[in-house]
Amino acid sequence: MISKFFNLYKLLPWAVTCILLSPVIAIFLSASINDESGNFQHLIDTVLFSYISNTLLLILCVTLISLLIAMPCAWLVACCEFPSRKILQWVLMLPLAIPPYIIAIVYTDLLDFAGPVQRALRAVFNWQSVNDYYFPDIRTLIGASVILALALYPYLYLLLRSAFLTQSGVLFQAARTLGLSPFKAFWRVSIPLSRSAMAVGISLIAMETLGDFATVNYFAVSTLTTAVYDTWLELGSLSTAAKVSSLMLLALVILISLESYSRRKQQVYQRNGSVQTELRFLLTGWKKWAALSFTWGLLSLALFIPLLTLLYYAGHYFKESLNDDLMSYTLNSLWLAFLVAFLALLVALIVNFYQRLSPSFAAKSTIRLSSLGYAVPGTVVAIGVLIPLTNIDLWLNDLFVAQGFSSLGLVLSGSLFILVLGYLVRFSAIAVGSVNSSLVQVSPSLDLASRTLGKNAARTIWYVNLPLIKKGLLTAFILVFIEAMKELPAALLLRPFNFETLATYVYQFVSDETIEYAALPALMIIALGLIPFIVVNRLLEKKV
Amino acid sequence: MSIKKNLTVLLAGASALASSMVYSAQEVNVYSYRQPFLIEPMMKEFTAETGIKVNILFAKKGLIERIKREGKLSTADLMLTSDFSRLTMFTEDGLAQPVNSDVLSKNIPAQYQGAEKQWFALTTRARSIYSSVERVGPAPNVTYQDLASPAFKGKVCMRSGKHPYNVSLLASIIAHEGEAKAKTWLEGLKANLARKPQGNDRAQVKAVKEGLCDYALTNSYYLGKMLNDPKQVSWAEAVHINFPNQATTGTHVNVSGVALTKYSPNKENAIKLMEFLSDDVAQKMYAEINYEYPVKENVQASKLVASWGKFKADDIKLSDVAAQHKAAIKLMDEVKFDL
Repeated sequence: MISKFFNLYKLLPWAVTCILLSPVIAIFLSASINDESGNFQHLIDTVLFSYISNTLLLILCVTLISLLIAMPCAWLVACCEFPSRKILQWVLMLPLAIPPYIIAIVYTDLLDFAGPVQRALRAVFNWQSVNDYYFPDIRTLIGASVILALALYPYLYLLLRSAFLTQSGVLFQAARTLGLSPFKAFWRVSIPLSRSAMAVGISLIAMETLGDFATVNYFAVSTLTTAVYDTWLELGSLSTAAKVSSLMLLALVILISLESYSRRKQQVYQRNGSVQTELRFLLTGWKKWAALSFTWGLLSLALFIPLLTLLYYAGHYFKESLNDDLMSYTLNSLWLAFLVAFLALLVALIVNFYQRLSPSFAAKSTIRLSSLGYAVPGTVVAIGVLIPLTNIDLWLNDLFVAQGFSSLGLVLSGSLFILVLGYLVRFSAIAVGSVNSSLVQVSPSLDLASRTLGKNAARTIWYVNLPLIKKGLLTAFILVFIEAMKELPAALLLRPFNFETLATYVYQFVSDETIEYAALPALMIIALGLIPFIVVNRLLEKKV
Repeated sequence: MSIKKNLTVLLAGASALASSMVYSAQEVNVYSYRQPFLIEPMMKEFTAETGIKVNILFAKKGLIERIKREGKLSTADLMLTSDFSRLTMFTEDGLAQPVNSDVLSKNIPAQYQGAEKQWFALTTRARSIYSSVERVGPAPNVTYQDLASPAFKGKVCMRSGKHPYNVSLLASIIAHEGEAKAKTWLEGLKANLARKPQGNDRAQVKAVKEGLCDYALTNSYYLGKMLNDPKQVSWAEAVHINFPNQATTGTHVNVSGVALTKYSPNKENAIKLMEFLSDDVAQKMYAEINYEYPVKENVQASKLVASWGKFKADDIKLSDVAAQHKAAIKLMDEVKFDL
């Protein structure tokens, strides 16, 4: 019995990892078959280094801006007390529900030379041409970084806030007693203690940035992803595209390994519950006002302005936008996102408990490898998923026909199966990451105690670990749910005939830059992401 | 139950499921690089006339790859594209099959068909140069070459050089003048841009209206589309449409087109749809609704499009232009056009 369980829990994580990794492997395998095109040399001779520097700069800017936004926000709501703190702690997560490409469209529309803001400025000050005044160009690397950071900072905020909350408040108080100012105590105690959460958050954001095409393309910024698309889909050279992709993945693996290497001797466990109310640092005077303007100012940019713009358009084009299609696409998006979130959670539990039960290099590898797909651009994942599944389909059909049955058709690659798998490849990383960051905070001494008291591994997981990371599990579920609601490139390419999600529906209008018709379905995506967020948060707040 | 029996039951079940998926109603499946709203009116008309349902799957990237991977099991019957480089790519990859149809042969002029009747153009559109009404006026003598001349410095707006429309234009210039000259032209053009290439074709017209630039490189049918959009009509009224290179090679013309997939499961219906799209009713719709130029000879352009006047189109063979497609993309990289 014991050995059976032992085998299962080792086999399962590797099976899951292999499935999630198969698209990436498939791309590299088919890439190694032929290359005499000289396309890679062409890239080196021309744009590759500009693309690399653009990509690195973009990742640096996005993560840095996200950190500058998320860190103070998380600390303010977790460790300080000031008016509206309770509302802020969950409202600050909400921008996550807005797809980055929607924020991008809203802001380019508003801030372009021909947009309402600059038009108004020209009218008021009677400027005639572009030479009469200076206005920062939104379609630049910095513009793209700011917009991506506005859309992605909630990842970091979420992880940091829960890290700050679960950190033992006693440590912070001890630092204060020893004479550190709140800021210094924050700098020297809270931040080092939250490094694991920070690392997970930053690598999620870095991966999302690396894999992004739609937003960056909208800002006319060329990155390595541009090179992948150009060489593959225009020059027809899969091998060159795979080389570029591997460059991207390599950079990512190095970054993540460096971070975890520097943290190798650090073990942080939570001892007792959360920051107690009386221990929160009460902000008064200018500090209060600074905190208020920072948080609410940020929310105006990341949430209110995009929402109001969309509401304005949705209101004006309501009749044209509200139809039966919208309802059926909404249902499609909903159940698809729900299923994917559930499966991603399963994946996260499987690989994380493998590491928990038998900490080893192999176990750590499954965690890393199962997350790689997140950094691969959506269209590349899509084609990567197509390769193994179409092959299986072709093989199955040959088998069927040989057995005298009629042809099966594309049961796997022509159905929603492929879409679900594509989403899982992309988004498991989020679930794996957030389950991981809550699990590492649960002290292994609890597991040991449970095992000493005669409970086996499965019972320990069920009765000890899972209840302690409930919050992390819910967060993981919702994050994947929201990502799946927003997902575009894989959905576009992998969906069967006559199947639309809200995102692909929005895209039909976005691709024509007619934001007004996209507004209502876009609001739908946002609302459906927001509702579970709010509900779950209310539930969690009540229990704490 | 034995394993074998189990397997047999499973196979039979799956087989039944599969056949119910494949042989449903009368239908035809279309993979489309063209945006749905541009083709849906014609498809609706087709369904109304024949009772055959049209399923459309739209994506901007990767459809050719998908069809390639699906191989003989693909359910796609037709591939619709918005430019000819994808049509030729599709054909060269061996994904299309020839169609011998009298209707298609009669409706579509020879230069708008693939050499072995593996693809067919349905409409044409001119890569035109819009000029500002306020600051330039009509520019009937403008050429693509002018856009790269010093007199146009800081006056030109256009979308990404990597967009198929711009790649095709560059490919045609390579085909006419050779790579070296084309490169000089492209460098000159880049130097003349009022801003980094960005936005879509309509965004360039908007920029002309707002005074950011005087000339925009834009397809012809967008003017018609904008004139019919209450929000955009003021942009359209701020520009004149000009057909470049009238005294020399003629205006670069791109096509939208269709190809029958190699493994088309609904071949008969698919050919019916192809024939329908090439015939009077659909061609008229392309002209009236989308403001494109119909390929069928006796079908008139819409009144609006006709009012822009007749023009001399570049009569270089499309296959010669398509042959330069990859060279054009590489040239865009070489001069770092979008960077």
